[in-house]
Amino acid sequence: MATKVIMPQLGESVVEGTVTTWLKKEGETIAEFESLLEINTDKVDTEIPSPAGGTILKIIVPEGQTVTAGTILAWIGEPGEVLPASLAEPVEARPADTLRQAQDIALPQARPQGALRAGTEPPLAEPVEARPVDTSTSSATAPVAAARDLGFISPVVARLAADKKVDLTRVKGTGQGGRITKKDVLDYLEKGEKAEPAAVAAPWETPGEGDLFRPTELQFGTEKPQAEAPGLRQAQPTAPVQPVAPVQPAKGGEQLIPHTTMRKRIAEHMVNSKHTSPHVTTVMESDFKRVAAHYAKNKDAFARDGVKLTYTAYFAAATAAALRAFPLVNSSWSDEGVIIHPQVNLAIAVSLGAEGLIVPVIPNADGLSLLGLARAINDIATRARAHRLNPDEVRGGTFSITNHGTSGSLFATPVINQPQCAILGVGAVQKRAVVVEGDAIAVRPMVYLSLTFDHRILDGASADGFLAKVVEVLNNWPD
Amino acid sequence: MKLSNDIQVEMYWMMLLSRRLDERAWVLHRQGKIAFHISGIGQEAAQVGAAFALRRGEDWVTPYYRDLALMLCLGYTPRDFLLALSGKQGEPTSGARQMPSHWSMRKANAVSHSAPVATQCPHAAGIGLAIKMRKEDKVVLTTLGEGSTSQGEWYEAVNWAAIHHLPVIFMVENNEYAISVPADKQMAVASSADKACGMGLRGISVDGTDVFSVYRTVAEAVADARAGKGPTLIEARMYRLTPHSSDDDDRTYRSREEVEEAKKKDPLTVGRRILEEAGLLNQAKIDEMEMRAKEMVDDAVKFAEQAPYPDVADAMFPVYAEEVRRG
Amino acid sequence: MAEITMIDAIRQAMDDELARDENVFIVGEDVGKRGGVFRATVGLFDKYGGERVIDSPLAELSIVGVGIGAALYGMRPICEIQFADFIYPAFNQIVSEAAKMCYRSNGEWTVPMVIRAPYGGGIGGGLYHSQSVEALFAHIPGLKVVIPSNPYDAKGLLKSAVRDPNPVIYLEPKKGYRLIRGEVPEGDYTVPIGPAQVTRQGSDLTVYAYGMMHYYTLQAAEKLAGEGVDVEVVDLRTLYPVDRQTVLESVSKTGKALIVHEDNLTGGYGGEIAAIIAEEAFTYLDAPVRRLCGPDVPAVPFSHPLQDWFMPNPDKIAQAMRDLAAY
Repeated sequence: MATKVIMPQLGESVVEGTVTTWLKKEGETIAEFESLLEINTDKVDTEIPSPAGGTILKIIVPEGQTVTAGTILAWIGEPGEVLPASLAEPVEARPADTLRQAQDIALPQARPQGALRAGTEPPLAEPVEARPVDTSTSSATAPVAAARDLGFISPVVARLAADKKVDLTRVKGTGQGGRITKKDVLDYLEKGEKAEPAAVAAPWETPGEGDLFRPTELQFGTEKPQAEAPGLRQAQPTAPVQPVAPVQPAKGGEQLIPHTTMRKRIAEHMVNSKHTSPHVTTVMESDFKRVAAHYAKNKDAFARDGVKLTYTAYFAAATAAALRAFPLVNSSWSDEGVIIHPQVNLAIAVSLGAEGLIVPVIPNADGLSLLGLARAINDIATRARAHRLNPDEVRGGTFSITNHGTSGSLFATPVINQPQCAILGVGAVQKRAVVVEGDAIAVRPMVYLSLTFDHRILDGASADGFLAKVVEVLNNWPD
Repeated sequence: MKLSNDIQVEMYWMMLLSRRLDERAWVLHRQGKIAFHISGIGQEAAQVGAAFALRRGEDWVTPYYRDLALMLCLGYTPRDFLLALSGKQGEPTSGARQMPSHWSMRKANAVSHSAPVATQCPHAAGIGLAIKMRKEDKVVLTTLGEGSTSQGEWYEAVNWAAIHHLPVIFMVENNEYAISVPADKQMAVASSADKACGMGLRGISVDGTDVFSVYRTVAEAVADARAGKGPTLIEARMYRLTPHSSDDDDRTYRSREEVEEAKKKDPLTVGRRILEEAGLLNQAKIDEMEMRAKEMVDDAVKFAEQAPYPDVADAMFPVYAEEVRRG
Repeated sequence: MAEITMIDAIRQAMDDELARDENVFIVGEDVGKRGGVFRATVGLFDKYGGERVIDSPLAELSIVGVGIGAALYGMRPICEIQFADFIYPAFNQIVSEAAKMCYRSNGEWTVPMVIRAPYGGGIGGGLYHSQSVEALFAHIPGLKVVIPSNPYDAKGLLKSAVRDPNPVIYLEPKKGYRLIRGEVPEGDYTVPIGPAQVTRQGSDLTVYAYGMMHYYTLQAAEKLAGEGVDVEVVDLRTLYPVDRQTVLESVSKTGKALIVHEDNLTGGYGGEIAAIIAEEAFTYLDAPVRRLCGPDVPAVPFSHPLQDWFMPNPDKIAQAMRDLAAY
């Protein structure tokens, strides 16, 4: 039976997301919760764990395309299972304009940006979390694992579980992010475990009572889907998914997009930086095998501590270690001399989508464990996207990291965040055939790391030494 | 409107009792036995004079916090006052919920009032309106300080009474000070009564230290009101002989000489002189009154000392009329 | 049964009460010959005369203050404040006098009166003809605060308010005056002050609303029913004292609560409902309690797009319901 993978809605006002990278290809096998793809939305960039174990039957939305939340991205099923042809077509979850309206309607509650309005928290705001959210139907969700993170347990669910002695790990969650709702517990109590609704409630996936009563669609191979998922309402194939287009001039005329304050400030900083420092960029690559393995092994444990582990945390850790080894990189130019900063304050670029980007700072990053770094990154990124950073938290950085790989970039030449000495650009992690020890060719998750540095302070050799140290830490990440 | 001899003497007695009771409150405060007192010393003549011009118990009064003598004339007792000063159980005006001197006496048609000034004036206009709507021949007296005539509440109330010819007597007890601020910083006119001329009602200023003079003036206004001739604004001029309250120190804003000068016009002195000249009062009579007053005040103090405090179980009620326990 | 508008129902109630009890009278700006700027009292001046349908001076403080006085006397005033936005000059009289009278006099005095005020936005009234003032008064013990959402309740609740022995703030959703129609029996019936009403049964979530927002909420709930979400709607009707039992029973059943009002979010009435639920129904909650309210700007802006931005409407409410249902 096939399970769909949908574009999650990762926040109140998020209406669409872009598939940045498929981490698996059609035909490959995947375990439940194994990372399946990376997506990028207005608010977050995240990996989407597979909702089921099995074979990737069909990838519907290719990399680079932007689709509305709820759109089916792929199907996962049994090896050899044939997906009905109509399900393999791209279908938008809902017309984008409907969702846009919904977004506009929510605006009066939106937090006024940049204003000191402690009392006006958006009343319906969601914490920005990288959790897959299925809003297309209340019954379709990830199957329950024996030892999964149950997520938020509401008071009534806790009380019902205690009163009725329900093992919540056995209850399928249908709320946001797979949260177990009150209704889920009541359904479980009423119907028992066996009656759990199928992950995809397409009728042909529910066995009939006898062979004679099997759905004719299944018997004769003609499909007439009638599932609840809005994306499946239209049985006939529809036009391919269109990426959301940027604002285009209408009828050949130019269109002026007025500058936002943030856009102006970004422009000023970029021009100023290019004007100030002679930029040089050096590129190396890292074999991400050990990091990927460590990530796969530990992300659930981190999640239990309330921390979403991301690759960014590894880059930050490796960078902090390299900065300790190469203090000259943790510096600023002055006319009197190079100022070596005693603290490693890592600035992490956080994309705010169309609005621009902001670079909050993790002070004393070299004193933090991987868990501490991950937690700090979660925190500043979440608050950056919610526009809740304090002014102090974007000042005092001594070195910056920008993860342009989340949007598919392999390597880039970032602009230095003045008055720092250098900035590390992190590309997309990509499986490539590489030559490993013994002249063997292996498929390895590889990532390009680019270091843009101020040539007034560093020369090529010292910059490379630093970057090599970053690569070394990542390549040899301990188990 | 001619007052009998007995009544004239009784008016003096009410002033004397009020004075001795008021003085005892100051003593109790300085002894640390009560928390607060706000005084009416120097204002007794106007209050007693006005009270005696009413059909007490039938006409209505919306008083203000200096009206101890007025309230005594309406049936309030020294025991009641001492219960209020001590915040004791059985305090009749508010169940010891209000600070002392925030009067209320339903049986005398004396309406409960609050501390922000002039708020009682619109109530008087409304009572006057109700009297008129029911075509009764009652009147309503509202009293206030001269500072209260700065309030919009007062102007609106006077305006209403004047427009609708309501049977309301506004008596301003002009004691020259609103806490520390002198009357010439409250108004640009010489007398509160002058404010009447722009609002369409009669305005009369009277010597508020002469109980009989106040009586005659208020009695005329009451007669007019009963006759459907509408409201009158009366200013009774007097001097506040004490600090504003037990927490005030009037030496910070006025001289001792000024206060000593004003004591020459103490309403008790003025009243005594008038009655002695008329042959209605002598030293023996005054000694008897003083002894009676002292006994009553002593009794009230003792009574209040022995009274229990209110039960906190009652503090939750009555917020709504449905919660009122009668009897 | 005749289907009539809110404004007709309100007028019927006043007409009935004027006829039933001669102590009842109406006072307010333009309520007389003009019949009120919203025509709520049209015809009553001709029927009952200028002594019972009184055009007040243009001064809100004394509309209420005079009403209090008359109520103390035993009358049953219905005070009309032309727009709720204009009620603040009377705030002192409402909060400090009417509301506290019973408690501060330990039940000696009560103030049986109704203060009617059209409230709410969406009518192009800008900052000073659109305000929602309920939270200010639903904070004040001694007041009752009532907001009808339909003609039947409008008539029945107003009759109850007139007969209530306490001051009742009766807020009228003016956008609904002629928009909201419903069946209303002729003649006498009352809707009790106090109980909320479940106006739509549902199992997935509860929406608490009142006045115009209740009307919109029912529309949104219908929309959600088409999407498979089963919404329960509670019309609070009496905001103070609040019907805790109905509030708690509903959320205990559904596990999810959304409160909708057009008044500003912060310190708005929804916070109280949220607090009651959090305190007493915590272990029944399956989602955070949510509020959909007017934004925290001083009042509703005039220009239509700005007004639309401010006002909750059926679409916004439906979206908030969807979000909560999906939680």
